[in-house]
Amino acid sequence: MSRLLEVCDLRVEFRTRDGVAEAVGGVSYAVDAGQTLAVLGESGSGKSVTAQAVMGILDSPPGRITGGQVLFQGRDLLTMGAEERRRIRGAAMAMIFQDALSALNPVVPVGAQLAEMYEVHRGMSRKDARRRAVELMERVRIPAAAQRAGDHPHQFSGGMRQRIMIAMAMALEPDLIIADEPTTALDVTVQAQVMEVLAELRREYAMGLVLITHDLGVVADVADTIAVMYAGRIVETAPVRDLYRRPAHPYTRGLLDSVPRVDHRGERLYAIKGAPPNPLALPSGCPFHPRCPRAQEVCRVERPPLYEVTAAAGTGSPGARTSACHFWKDELDALDAVNA
Amino acid sequence: MPSTPSTPETGTAEPVLEVRDLAKHYPLTRGVLVKRRIGAVRAVDTVSFALRRGETLGIVGESGCGKSTVAKLLVSLERPTAGTIHYRGEDITRLSGRALRAVRRNIQMVFQDPYTSLNPRMTVGDIVGEPFEIHPEAAPKGDRRRAVQDLLDVVGLNPEHISRYPHQFSGGQRQRIGIARGLALRPEIIVADEPVSALDVSVQAQVVNLMEALQNEFDLSYIFIAHDLSVVRHISDRVAVMYLGRIAETGTGREIYDHPTHPYTQALLSAVPVPDPEPREGRTRLLLTGDVPSPANPPTGCRFRTRCWKAQDRCAVEVPTLTPPPGLPGAASHPSACHFAEERAGIRA
Repeated sequence: MSRLLEVCDLRVEFRTRDGVAEAVGGVSYAVDAGQTLAVLGESGSGKSVTAQAVMGILDSPPGRITGGQVLFQGRDLLTMGAEERRRIRGAAMAMIFQDALSALNPVVPVGAQLAEMYEVHRGMSRKDARRRAVELMERVRIPAAAQRAGDHPHQFSGGMRQRIMIAMAMALEPDLIIADEPTTALDVTVQAQVMEVLAELRREYAMGLVLITHDLGVVADVADTIAVMYAGRIVETAPVRDLYRRPAHPYTRGLLDSVPRVDHRGERLYAIKGAPPNPLALPSGCPFHPRCPRAQEVCRVERPPLYEVTAAAGTGSPGARTSACHFWKDELDALDAVNA
Repeated sequence: MPSTPSTPETGTAEPVLEVRDLAKHYPLTRGVLVKRRIGAVRAVDTVSFALRRGETLGIVGESGCGKSTVAKLLVSLERPTAGTIHYRGEDITRLSGRALRAVRRNIQMVFQDPYTSLNPRMTVGDIVGEPFEIHPEAAPKGDRRRAVQDLLDVVGLNPEHISRYPHQFSGGQRQRIGIARGLALRPEIIVADEPVSALDVSVQAQVVNLMEALQNEFDLSYIFIAHDLSVVRHISDRVAVMYLGRIAETGTGREIYDHPTHPYTQALLSAVPVPDPEPREGRTRLLLTGDVPSPANPPTGCRFRTRCWKAQDRCAVEVPTLTPPPGLPGAASHPSACHFAEERAGIRA
């Protein structure tokens, strides 16, 4: 399996009237071809800003990349020229946004918007490009695709629009797709349809997928690996089963314990105290320490590195697991004691 | 079989609110000067339910199903086209003036968006104390500051922050302000429309727990409206599932979530992603095709039939009634508006 995307120690700042906010404070993650990485985080965790920096669509100013590398198939996107980067974007990597209505051009029929991809990137004739656009709409299961190609974005329902966005991202069969909360605005039955289409196409073309979401349920459904972000940093990475069975960071565990379940009725929910921090005034040491039940003096002073989490004999799967908690071992031991 | 014996899961407690055949149709007009009526959006159509003292009735459904319109009707923000809402034996849809104001004091609302439902130019003290301006009998003038500080304390905010403005609070804290305002008049019933859906996951649990604690402390009855089936299961004693302006199925939490008999409820539940990678295999997913039809032109007969895999000719002609289907045993025997209601294996995770 080849490494498709590798983000190394990426840093992004926002200059605002009230000061400089470190939106992304040294994020590293990797996606292999054909794999799905979920980036899980709450609002303000830096998950979307990281993706925008990777795609090269960061609003700048106020945003500014201050360090790190983004290696796409081994080449650093941050140091290459604008023209070269533009050719990679769209053809080799594409992005799906949450709000399809503002991501699509409102005054151009959807068929023409899809066809434009083929005309510009592949030099197809208008007629061939139109034909391919309709095929693409059929692939994402838009009923009566040939007739609907002439419709404008506002004439489609939310779920259908999201499919058109997926079609547009898939058009040039990219190696990597970054999907930023692709189903968050959709109803649950429509969300299931859209995720199904996305998963099917991803499998078929063996694409890598970075799925950015706050929804622990969606992640459990589709991800191979998960990176959990908090206050602009990754606090834990793990294969999906390990993360849900044995989270190695108190924040991850708190999140898992605080979501109510549809498949059984629990007792009182666990609630993480406090609120996510203001990026203009991040707490010292570990940014989670003011909300952490396990916090010690060292957590206030020393920022934890991403520790390698080694699997105990016979548990978990081998491979890269990391946790940015000084006490990840105690966290796992406590969890195992409860489960024993 | 109540899982929490302290709350009434089955019908023993007296109803505090009884809704019968409630309907709200919004007229569709054409023309600027001379408006002609060309139809109606049937946002809510013949909805009936009862809310019992101290219980939480969850109303779930997707966007456009009419659940928020129900909320507005319950707190008299909208007048129904037809139907009745009985509170303490009195039909509140016919009240006006002083009598309506008296009822409103006892039925309060908590809104979804803590960012837009609080006036940014008012201090927290003014926001939470505003109900006292309309209902001066609830707190004498001299005591109001004290009363507001008590309310802030009750919802877990610092009473010292009474002079701050909404923007100085986080989303979760703002929703606490909205809840404090809802509690100010010591209502019997709180109608909460998507109270936690704008909040981050780690903050949702705080607000859900707060609402549960307040319910016990003040003996409140809740109508809890949400699209998130997991949150509704957690907080509700009984649940009503709405589709296109009607209730498709209703029952206790266990009946609806563990023994659903309406195809729509089954599809809805099977579509919810469970935060657990284990049951991915072996779980049946019923994928619905198409979108929800327009409420301006709903299908004849059963409104779900255009997306239903069980639909027969009968479904286009005959409107199914919301009654327990005959012949179904135990927990499956609860009101379900489907001609072919039955349990289905593999729905539950």
